[in-house]
Amino acid sequence: MKLTLKIWRQAGPDAKGAMVDYPIDGISEDMSFLEMLDVLNDKLIREGQDPVAFDHDCREGICGMCSLYINGRPHGPERHITTCQLHMRKFKDGDTIYVEPWRSAAFPVIKDLAVDRGAFDRIQAAGGFVSVNTMGNLVDANALPVPKAHSDKAFDAAACIGCGACVAACPNGSAMLFVSAKVSQYALLPQGRPEAKERALNMVEQMDAEGFGNCTNIGACSIECPKDISLENIARLNREYLVAEMTKES
Amino acid sequence: MSIPDSKVPEGPIEKKWTLHKEHLRLVNPANKRRIDVIVVGTGLAGASAAASLAEMGYNVKSFCFQDSARRAHSIAAQGGINAAKNYPNDGDSVYRLFYDTLKGGDYRAREANTWRLAEVSANIIDQCVAQGVPFARDYGGLLDNRSFGGAQVSRTFYARGQTGQQLLLGAYSALMRQVGKGKVKMYDRHEMLDLVVVGGKARGIIARNLVTGKIERHGAHAVLLCTGGYGNVFFLSTNAMGSNVTAAWKAHKRGAFMANPCYTQIHPTCIPVSGTHQSKLTLMSESLRNDGRIWVPKKIEDAKAIQEGRKKGRDIAEEDRDYYLERRYPAFGNLVPRDVASRAAKERCDAGFGVNRTGEAVFLDFASAIERYGKVEANVHHIENPSKEKIRELGMKVVSAKYGNLFDMYENITGDNPYEHPMMIYPAVHYTMGGLWVDYNLMSSIPNMYVLGEANFSDHGANRLGASALMQGLADGYFVIPYTIADQLADDIRTGPIPTNTPEFDEAEKNVRGRIDQLMNIKGTEPVDHFHRRLGKVMWDKCGMARNDKGLREAIEEIRKIREDFWKNVRVPGKADAFNQELEKAGRVADFLELGELMCMDALHRSESCGGHFREESQTEEGEALRKDDQFAYVAAWEWKGDPGKEEMHKEILKFEALKLSQRSYK
Repeated sequence: MKLTLKIWRQAGPDAKGAMVDYPIDGISEDMSFLEMLDVLNDKLIREGQDPVAFDHDCREGICGMCSLYINGRPHGPERHITTCQLHMRKFKDGDTIYVEPWRSAAFPVIKDLAVDRGAFDRIQAAGGFVSVNTMGNLVDANALPVPKAHSDKAFDAAACIGCGACVAACPNGSAMLFVSAKVSQYALLPQGRPEAKERALNMVEQMDAEGFGNCTNIGACSIECPKDISLENIARLNREYLVAEMTKES
Repeated sequence: MSIPDSKVPEGPIEKKWTLHKEHLRLVNPANKRRIDVIVVGTGLAGASAAASLAEMGYNVKSFCFQDSARRAHSIAAQGGINAAKNYPNDGDSVYRLFYDTLKGGDYRAREANTWRLAEVSANIIDQCVAQGVPFARDYGGLLDNRSFGGAQVSRTFYARGQTGQQLLLGAYSALMRQVGKGKVKMYDRHEMLDLVVVGGKARGIIARNLVTGKIERHGAHAVLLCTGGYGNVFFLSTNAMGSNVTAAWKAHKRGAFMANPCYTQIHPTCIPVSGTHQSKLTLMSESLRNDGRIWVPKKIEDAKAIQEGRKKGRDIAEEDRDYYLERRYPAFGNLVPRDVASRAAKERCDAGFGVNRTGEAVFLDFASAIERYGKVEANVHHIENPSKEKIRELGMKVVSAKYGNLFDMYENITGDNPYEHPMMIYPAVHYTMGGLWVDYNLMSSIPNMYVLGEANFSDHGANRLGASALMQGLADGYFVIPYTIADQLADDIRTGPIPTNTPEFDEAEKNVRGRIDQLMNIKGTEPVDHFHRRLGKVMWDKCGMARNDKGLREAIEEIRKIREDFWKNVRVPGKADAFNQELEKAGRVADFLELGELMCMDALHRSESCGGHFREESQTEEGEALRKDDQFAYVAAWEWKGDPGKEEMHKEILKFEALKLSQRSYK
C-alpha cells in the first residue's frame, strides 16, 4: 500500500505545531497502525530526520497508553478498539490519513503526538479507591455475596483503560465518562458503598480543577470509547453526585 | 563474593513462614516515618508494595517509565489468578497448590518460597475483593473459578479475560490513595538508570526524567526493584514494547546476582507471526485451553494442502485430525503445562504438520465446545430436538460470553473469524522465570535492595504455571515485603535521610551520563530496532524452545558481534536533554545485548532439560524433558565481573524437604 500521512509535529509543549506530509510506501495490510508508524520512523531516522513521537506500550489494547486522533476520530475509524489494534487492512491503497494528538486543554502536548494525561491520575488520587489497607486478617472473600448483575455492571465500568479517548472525542473536552466509570464501579459494589458520597464529590471536584469541560450529553465519548463504556455511567455519576451534594454534612 | 545465605527458616514446611514472621524484627510506626523506600515499577508487585509500605508509614517514592502507574504490563494478563480457596470443593489445598507449582516448575524453584506463595494465595483474593475488584461471580453472587494448565482442580479466579487489568487497577487505586495522602511521591515517565550503593547497601537510584531528559538523584534507605521480566530480549514477545531489563541489569552490574537467566517461558497460545514488520506478539489466554481443543491434521498431505491454501481446517474430517495433546497426555489433555504444550506444538510443526503458510501454527478449535454448550443451553431452555444450527447458535452465545473479547482481538489482528474457522496459534516468548537472586526475605545479594514479582527468580523454578504470575506479584507486594523489609530497616531508624551529594552518587551519575553521551555520539547508520531484531532472531533460533551445545556457542559469538556492531553503528537521533524515545530504546537494547549472552551461557552450562529449558541432548525416548538432579538441582546465580563473557557462577543447592524429586508426568 502507498499512503500519504499528514501528521501533527510539535517540538515541545510551548512550540507551535503544524501538520506535515509524509508519503509512505510498502505498507502491508497485516501491519498494525503503530507498526506502520514504526516503518515511517525507521525511514526518518535513516534519513537523518527526527522520528515522530507517539505513546504506546502493550500494543494489545489494554494498557491505554496509545492514543492518536486518526482521520478525525480517537483511535481511528473502527469501533471498540485502540489505535494499537487498528490494522492497515482497514485502509485503502492511496489513502490520505490525518494523524493528530488528543486535543484538550487538560492534556497538554509533550511532543508531536504524545500528551500528558496526568490529570487522570490526579482525579484517581482524589477518590478513585476503596479506603482499605492491606490487611493480614481479612474476612473471607465469599462472606459477602454480590449479585451477579451488579458485579457484571461494575466490571463493565471497570473495563475503562484510562486512555482519554472520551475527552478527545468530546467537543467540551469533558472527562465525565472516565470519572463516571470509576465512580460507578465502586458505587455498584457493596465494598465501595461506604464512601460513595465522598468519592463522587472529590473526584468531580478534582475533575473541575483540572480544567475539563462540562458534560452536555452529546454521547461522542461513549461512541468512541474503545472499551464501550456506557453513557449509563454518567447518569449514575450524576445521581450519586446529586445525592451526595444534597445530603452532605457541612 | 560468595552466594549469601538464602535465609530459609528452619522447621516443617507448613510452619516456616509463620515462625519466620514471628521472629523478624519490627520498626515501630513513629520510626517508619523516618525511613524512605524507593519502589521501581508499578505493576502488581510494585504497586502493591508501594501502597502497602506507605499505608504502614514508610515514605515511598514510586517510579515507572510509562505515563501512568496504571499502565504497567501486569495489566495485560488475561486468564486469572490462582488461590487455594477450595471454593469448588474439588480437593484443593495449600499443599496441592504448592505441589502443582513446584512440580510445574520442574523442581527448580526454592521449595520454601513456593510454599509461602501457596500459603498467602487465599489472602490475595480477600484483599482484592475488599478493594472492589470485580471478579467473575456465579448466579448465587459468589466467586467463580476455572481451571488452568498443570492443575486438576479449579482454583483460578478471573475477571473475564482481563484479570490482570482488574487486579492492577485495584493495586493502582491503593497506590493512588497513598499518592493523594502524600505518602507516596509518584515519578512517572522516569527510568532508573543506575543503582547507588553506599557502604555496601543500596541507598538510592539515578533516574532519567523521560520528558525533560534531566538526570536525577534519589536517595532512600532501601530500593525495591519490581521491574518485571526480560522477555523482550527476544525482540518479539508478548511483553509490552517498553518492558526491559535495564533496572535489573544495572543492579546486576552493581553486585546483584542474576539467577537462572536461561529459564524462559514460551507460551503455547499466541497468534502466529505474520510478517517481518511485526513489532510484538499477542497472547490468546490460556483459559482458551479450557474449551478449545488443539490439533493438526493426521495426514501430511492434508497439512500441505492447508499450508498451500487449498484446504481449510474445517475441511478435514474428524477422524483425520490429530488432537496430539489429548493423545500424548490423556490425564491432562489440553491442560498440560505451558512448556509441555509449546514443545508438543513445535514437534508437530517441525515434523511438517503446521497449518498456516509458514508451517508454524496449530489449530485451537472451539467447534466441540460450541456444540457441548449449545446442547446444555437447549436443555435449559426446554428446546426439544434442537437443530444443529440451533445448537450452534446457542453454543456460540455461551462461548462469546466467556471469551468474546479474545475472539474479537483475534479477528482484529488476523482478519479471520474464529467462530467460523479454528484459531491458529503458535508458541511465543511470554515470561521469564529467571531473574535477580533473592533470599527468603526477597533481598538481593546487595543488602537493602529487594526484588519482587517477575523480576526475581524464586518461586516458579524452570516453568511457571498459568495464573501464577499475578499470584506471585501480589503475594510479594502485599504479604511478603511488608514483613520482611522491617527486619533490615530496623538498623536504619537512626540513619536519617540519605544524602545525595556524596561520591557514590557522583560516580553513579557520571556513569549514567557517560553511557548516554556514548550512545548519542556514535552517530551511526542503523536505527536501534535493527540491532534488536537481529539479537531477537539469534535468541529465538538458538536459545528458544529447544537449545543445544553447538547452537548456544554460536549464539554467544553472534551476540558479541551484534553488540560490537551496535556500539559502532547505531544511530540515536535527537538530543539527550529532551523527550527522546529512540534514546530510551537504545539504552534498553544495549543492556539486552549483554543479558542475551549471559542467558546463552547459562543455557549452555545447564546441560539438562528442565521446564522451559529444553536441551536437545537431554530428553527421554518419548521426547520429554529429562532432568539431571544429581548434577543440576541448584540455582545458578551469576556475578558480574566487568564483561558479559566473564560472569562467575555461584550455586545455591536446592533442598527438597517436603517433596521428593520425581520425573514430571502429565500422562
